[in-house]
Amino acid sequence: MNNVFVYCEIEEGQVADVSLELLTKGRKLADDLKCELEAIVIGHELKGVEKQIMPYGVDKVWVADDKRLYPYTTLPHSSILVKLFDEEKPQIALMGATSIGRDLGPRVSSALHSGLTADCTSLVIGDHEDKKNKKEYKDLLYQIRPAFGGNIVATIINPDCRPQMATVREGVMKKEILSDAYKGKVKNIDVEKYVKPEDFVVKVIERHMEKSKVNIKNAGIIVAGGYGVGSKENFNLLTELAEVIGGEVGASRAAVDAGFASHERQIGQTGVTVRPKLYIACGISGQIQHTAGMEESAMVIAINTDKNAPINAFADYVITGDVATVIPKMIKQYKENTK
Amino acid sequence: MKGLKIVVLAKQVPDTRNVGKDAMKADGTVNRAALPAIFNPEDLNALEQALRLKDKYEGTEVTLLTMGPGRAAEIIREGLYRGADNGILLSDRAFAGSDTLATSYALSCTLKKMGKIDIIIAGRQAIDGDTAQVGPQVAEKLGLPQITYAEDIVSAEKGNIVVKRRLERGVETVEGQMPMVVTVNASAPECRPRNAKFVMKYKHARAVSEMQNADEDYIALHNNRPYLNIGEWSVNDIDTNAEELGLSGSPTKVKSIENVVFQAKEAKVLEPTDADMGELMKELIANHTIG
Repeated sequence: MNNVFVYCEIEEGQVADVSLELLTKGRKLADDLKCELEAIVIGHELKGVEKQIMPYGVDKVWVADDKRLYPYTTLPHSSILVKLFDEEKPQIALMGATSIGRDLGPRVSSALHSGLTADCTSLVIGDHEDKKNKKEYKDLLYQIRPAFGGNIVATIINPDCRPQMATVREGVMKKEILSDAYKGKVKNIDVEKYVKPEDFVVKVIERHMEKSKVNIKNAGIIVAGGYGVGSKENFNLLTELAEVIGGEVGASRAAVDAGFASHERQIGQTGVTVRPKLYIACGISGQIQHTAGMEESAMVIAINTDKNAPINAFADYVITGDVATVIPKMIKQYKENTK
Repeated sequence: MKGLKIVVLAKQVPDTRNVGKDAMKADGTVNRAALPAIFNPEDLNALEQALRLKDKYEGTEVTLLTMGPGRAAEIIREGLYRGADNGILLSDRAFAGSDTLATSYALSCTLKKMGKIDIIIAGRQAIDGDTAQVGPQVAEKLGLPQITYAEDIVSAEKGNIVVKRRLERGVETVEGQMPMVVTVNASAPECRPRNAKFVMKYKHARAVSEMQNADEDYIALHNNRPYLNIGEWSVNDIDTNAEELGLSGSPTKVKSIENVVFQAKEAKVLEPTDADMGELMKELIANHTIG
């Protein structure tokens, strides 16, 4: 009872990265709160799925396995969570800020009248004093997220309602196995007791899912371009540099909107969050919406014609110049120095 | 054939995509007055889906519902200019301080009062909060199913609705029964522009709170042309439990707000020359960053 719960998403038998990242964070929160970490998996043909989950330090894995539960639809998954949360009374429930988590989370929070904070970038345990009502709260979940287009960072709390619910985007938290030998319990959910026939009113009649080909989230080196790159042809230079030094190409929202790069390469608040060891920002001015997604990069090189571009505040190396002149020189010098 | 009854949920939001230097006050709070107020972009995508159904199914009625201060009547006029049939502004101090749950509660109470509705369409999320919660929460409070992340409402016939969804890694087509709540993505078609005929017809459309300083002629105009009166509802027009409204109905509280401050660090400044690029590459290779 009163444990930390993580809803695990499943795609083709694999637990989603975002769920594993949340399990890692969930373990830390459970340690801080001195409680247990529990995971819920809902889908079909889930035999053995706990082997993917327990190494993250999970004490109990709830499994709801039924043909009708995959692919995901809203109502059966929310019915299972609502009833399970009602019985188990978690103090915290986390899910991915994905098209599944952002469909499911609000539905569950509304049914339980519990607060939900979307797209958190940080989750920590802390106390709160309600001065007006003279009430003290111990060990609340601080749900920290940018708001107002990233111009402010707000700390949200749910003092009185449980569970304290939050969603987090993929790639924001780190994924780390606690121990391959970690042993938890498996509890099978009797699906018939949790869902109603009318929960299956919405049916998936067609589905085309692609394996994401672009993997900027896990890339060690990212060459990212902004609107300042100027053209699709210039963007090809970024691709060339990325290929030569072994990186991936990323883009700012402005570059994606301008058609220089595809949406799956978008980095920033409305795209992916990345933390590579090297980030080369080409023709990116450095709007907060973009920097929110790359500020944890270990090293940043900024190439910009504007020597006062805000991106320079994040940079270890500032190169004032045009992308079309600088990048060919970088490629040439890299080749000469690695001969 | 009998048309559909559609309600579009829309929100007037500060344009957070164009935030200037004066957008933040010295105390760290947002200076809303410095930000232009706009029709939330994805709500326009939602309106377009509704208008397409109206084009397709004769007799369909599209009503906009928005919650906000008197000024929010602007987006109802905007919707009328683009082809909506009418609108309701839900406005009351009792709703102040609402989080997504209290907002959804107030909207669901209003929708219950509006009679039989076939489809409730909303934008996936609003740009001031980016939460994407109100659509699903309204659905839950009304006991209706939901289809989120919609890109195209393919059909809505004989009680059935077919919707194409755009997800992170692909597309999905789902089928359900009406009434249904649908939330629409920015990847859906853009909203049609204003129609000059509708601008002429509705340019004097006003909500009650906008008529307070109106002269007799203007009042007479509105009495003669009832379609110019934008419906304005207060908490007294809907059945609510006061505890579930506004701040007291909001489980989430803002503990603190911080301004985002840039922290400058010492950067090495390089010239775009072969010599400097050569030095840079040597350094990066030497410290194993690349190569």
